[in-house]
Amino acid sequence: MNVRDLAVSAARRLRWARQWLVLATAVGLWQLWAESRKSAFFPPPSAIGSRMHQLWFSGPASHLFLTSNATGNILPSLERILLGLGIVIVVGVPLGIALGRSPAVTAFLDPLLQFGRSIPVVTAAPVFIALFKIGTQMEVATIVAGTIWPLLLNTIDGAASVDPVQIQTARAFRLSGWQRLTTVILPSAMPKIFAGLRLALSVSLILMVFSELIGSSNGIGYEMTNASNAFDLPTLWAVLVLLGILGYVLNAILYGIENVALAWHRGARQHTS
Amino acid sequence: MLEVTDLTRAYGTAGSAHLALKDVSLRVADGELVSIVGPSGCGKSTLLRCVAGLLPPTSGQVVLNGTPVTRVPGRLGVVFQDYSRSLYPWLSVRDNVALPLRRTMRGRPARRQAAAASLAAVGLTDAGHRYPWQLSGGMQQRVAIARALACDPVLLLMDEPFGSVDAQTREDLEDLILRVRAERGITILLVTHDIDESVYVGDRVIVLTPGPGQIRADLAAPLPQPRDQITTKELPEFVHLRSEVSRLVRGKPLAPSDDTPAPSDDTPARAAAPAKPGAS
Repeated sequence: MNVRDLAVSAARRLRWARQWLVLATAVGLWQLWAESRKSAFFPPPSAIGSRMHQLWFSGPASHLFLTSNATGNILPSLERILLGLGIVIVVGVPLGIALGRSPAVTAFLDPLLQFGRSIPVVTAAPVFIALFKIGTQMEVATIVAGTIWPLLLNTIDGAASVDPVQIQTARAFRLSGWQRLTTVILPSAMPKIFAGLRLALSVSLILMVFSELIGSSNGIGYEMTNASNAFDLPTLWAVLVLLGILGYVLNAILYGIENVALAWHRGARQHTS
Repeated sequence: MLEVTDLTRAYGTAGSAHLALKDVSLRVADGELVSIVGPSGCGKSTLLRCVAGLLPPTSGQVVLNGTPVTRVPGRLGVVFQDYSRSLYPWLSVRDNVALPLRRTMRGRPARRQAAAASLAAVGLTDAGHRYPWQLSGGMQQRVAIARALACDPVLLLMDEPFGSVDAQTREDLEDLILRVRAERGITILLVTHDIDESVYVGDRVIVLTPGPGQIRADLAAPLPQPRDQITTKELPEFVHLRSEVSRLVRGKPLAPSDDTPAPSDDTPARAAAPAKPGAS
């Protein structure tokens, strides 16, 4: 490690510390304020924290300290998100690549695509309740219906905007259609696919909670409905914080995958700018 | 032997068609290096794409070693102008060079070995594990050349290959091409807009006129081999030939006989020739 690397890593650590310091200060101020107000609507962070602990993380060590409430509500919700995103990736990426490489078909279907993505999917949820069984089926359907659009449209864009020189080079070297797809089109579209995936992830979290609020017998949203009905504000707040943490962690995981898969992209951009 | 016969290529639909090439015919012997030079918009790149089988001609045909070219022929190497776009940024240098071998060579280790040999041939032995964007422009173009050489081509097509590198690097790359040609006897078609370059590397220089592209002149460049960036360019034959090509490119008339000048007996008669009365 040379001096420059040391300086860079020191700067990174400083930035990291500063970010957490901001968060810690905000929580501290909230604590002081809430304690002084003693409001039933705004419990102090310490109360929220202990409620989270009591609800989800006070289980036996053999279950990684997860309570039955946690395994019964958090895990099903995560499962729905992952299942929904999985379906969206398996359907959206191949479809998006196919459409992106056939501009005539895309131009033909464009009104349909624009119409589809303009429908606020939360309003379609009652339709899904009628169509599917209440529970995982209906919730995954809602997540898929809402998250397919950002991924599909981004993939179409990525596949359509592959540099023609890159395609021509592949043809000049007589790569087969499949080889062109896997070694040129897919990698080239990957940055846009990941952009779509990030959007899809944040949307999926919202739709997961929403669909559980309206029709579910377990899950994080279901727990929220219960707490709301019982005017149990500490639990409501605990769920909110949990959702924030989940969103943060899922995003960080996706970011980590992207960092590895698109290392070339960041590198190339830094070198040309 | 590469034979191009009455090649015409139009773009656009019948009503608003734009002729890029019109009745272009040329023959290139095996192992010959032919420069194609002309002002921008003269259809140089279109000609190369037709020869490469990437673009079907509107009429006329391209025949390579007795076989009509209807799609990209085997053992063809192509170097595109813009290396920063034709090299794949997500592949390492080695994998970029190994790419054309996907079709012909089984097994990744074998391909990587062939790629390493090809990289060594262009003087990039140690760059295989790096990414194209980590290299300088000149080195990237070397990678593109190594990639074109990897499939052991009989015909190498180069589309303004050195347009975006600095002068010194450009001269090095020109000499690299001459060396590769001498070592392997590859037939090379090199498109350029640089007149010095066309004369320096070519056995023949073909001058195209713009819109539609037609062959204006086909000049032999009988300069001694091996060529040298300094001494070759000092030769009166070189100076003479480059002036002649320059005039042709600019569309000025020259000495009565249009092709194959005799560079042995030169200056006075030649110098007088272009200033023909009534020309301008």
